[in-house]
Amino acid sequence: MQGNRVIGEAAIRAGCRFYAGYPITPQNELTEYMAEHMRRVKGGVFIQAESELAAINMVLGASAAGARAMTSSSSPGISLKQEGISSLAADELPAVIVNIMRGGPGLGNILPSQGDYFQATRGGGHGDYRTIVLAPASVQELADLTMDAFDLADRYRNPVLLLADGMMGQMMEPVEFRTPSPRQYREEYILRGKGTGKSRFIRALILDAIRMEEHNWKLYRKYQVIAEEEVRFETFWTDDAEILIVAYGTAARIAKGAIKRSREMGIAVGLIRPITLWPFPGEVIRRFAEEVGSFLVFEMNTGQMLEDVKLALEGRARVDFYGRPGGVIPTPAELAKVIAYQVKR
Amino acid sequence: MKKVFSRPRTLKDVPFHYCSGCGHSITHRLIAEAIDELGIADRTIGIPPAGCAVIAYNYFDIDMLEAPHGRGCAVATGMKRVLPDRIIFSYQGDGDLAAIGTAETFHAANRGENITVLFINNAVYGMTGGQMAPTTLLGQTSTTTPPGRTAVLDGHPVHFSEVLATLAGAVYVERCAVNSPANIARAKRAIRKAFQYQMQDRGFSLVEILSQCPTNWKMRPTDACRWVDEVMTKEFPLGVIKDLQAKG
Ligand SMILES: Cc1ncc(C[n+]2csc(CCOP(=O)(O)OP(=O)(O)O)c2C)c(N)n1
Ligand code: SF4
Repeated sequence: MQGNRVIGEAAIRAGCRFYAGYPITPQNELTEYMAEHMRRVKGGVFIQAESELAAINMVLGASAAGARAMTSSSSPGISLKQEGISSLAADELPAVIVNIMRGGPGLGNILPSQGDYFQATRGGGHGDYRTIVLAPASVQELADLTMDAFDLADRYRNPVLLLADGMMGQMMEPVEFRTPSPRQYREEYILRGKGTGKSRFIRALILDAIRMEEHNWKLYRKYQVIAEEEVRFETFWTDDAEILIVAYGTAARIAKGAIKRSREMGIAVGLIRPITLWPFPGEVIRRFAEEVGSFLVFEMNTGQMLEDVKLALEGRARVDFYGRPGGVIPTPAELAKVIAYQVKR
Repeated sequence: MKKVFSRPRTLKDVPFHYCSGCGHSITHRLIAEAIDELGIADRTIGIPPAGCAVIAYNYFDIDMLEAPHGRGCAVATGMKRVLPDRIIFSYQGDGDLAAIGTAETFHAANRGENITVLFINNAVYGMTGGQMAPTTLLGQTSTTTPPGRTAVLDGHPVHFSEVLATLAGAVYVERCAVNSPANIARAKRAIRKAFQYQMQDRGFSLVEILSQCPTNWKMRPTDACRWVDEVMTKEFPLGVIKDLQAKG
């Protein structure tokens, strides 16, 4: 099944009952899948919105009204959603936002890229907030992490970003959908009209500085818990590694190919693959630096996660970078050459 | 003694922050009265804007969800589609609705979303200190049109209610004012009717309210009321712009 469609199916199975989106390549198959399949489920709503701005704000309304809600786009459209994502974080409302990244900046192109790492992992919009960022590296993981995204969004009442690229969205691989766990989300967070109870409101505006500060610290404490509890990563061939690649998503797949080639040539190289980009597995990387003196960050951009790796290592090990921005998909052979060169140095 | 006039139940016992003579206060009261009379306070959700009415959730005793500036109709769309049996209204100023939120409002109307919009036209940006709004009149001064609005540099006042009325999804659009007892009574009937249309699942309804902003118009409240009659209604005539039901 194709990656984009898998996200749609996993979302519906996870109980997503509201989707709004605006067409943009390379994620259109997801929007189209939702158009076709939302009608399959009771209460399922699909809206082709007039813009990404409208879509994310529809999601805000739907989420406050108690629906598991999702929107998807690709890089330029995700920029437009940022005000809404910031509002969702401020309001402490759950939502899942899918970014099938393409080359940028600006209109860029429609080819796979990882250029939105900074935007995704630093909140993305204005104000002091974070979003959980999941970076799948296979179609199976697209399915699993889409389901996880809804659970995480509910648990922390915070927007969750699924960050993949055009390659992941277009790729076909076999997939198995697990049975999702039932939704756990408290009624008190939902606005359905006050009924016989007291009226409530959800708002992001807090004019008083001290109360706004309190809200900021409250969100901060939540982000601290997420950073403690939710870090996910995969290690590959790290046991005897003398050099470690750090890569995520499509770049991590390429890295695995390169590592196999390098191993055949007798180079002891392994991979750390962050699955959560925020919270970032910095602690894990730091621990590896006790044994390994050389790290190679590999991204399909000009070096963004590189900064997080350097921050994690704090000079404990050598860090090099190899990247191809702009929609270029590097080959495993190309990366293997870089690794060989790295070892000789 | 018999009590003949009191605060509507749907307004909390909290003093408004609005300037004296402001049309927002009167409109809030009318909305609350309409909600009380229709008996829908338990299942109505309001969506306040960014604008002078941003803290309307402090005043209405119903559930409320604040929208980012201009996005009220998108937020309302999301809510209503998830909760089709609830009454959802969006409350928006002229800048909110007819400038930054043009697309969201237009398309919600075009989809015939079964929501109600209260459109407060005070011909200025109140909250941010009196800048030009899309509805500012030609010749009207504002902090961003110091010599007065000119068509050449600033464009013409936008008649957004008339634009929305051209869309098949809009079933009821009326322009009212809250500058005199007679106009207030008419505005109240219009607001009630808009809610009733929503209760009957008819589609998109909007009531535009010409609303005094004495502060930014730099007028006394009484002069502001007179200005609505003598100047503003000449550009924005009062009355029903569209009522699909009325035809049959
Ligand atoms: C994205 C964004 N841009 C600008 C603002 C600042 N802002 C707040 S309210 C407002 C306009 C208010 O005017 P109007 O909608 O006419 O409502 P009024 O205050 O007159 O009732 C503006 C520009 C904002 N909150 N968000
Ligand atoms: S500035 Fe104008 S619109 Fe705002 S509260 Fe004062 S009178 Fe009302």
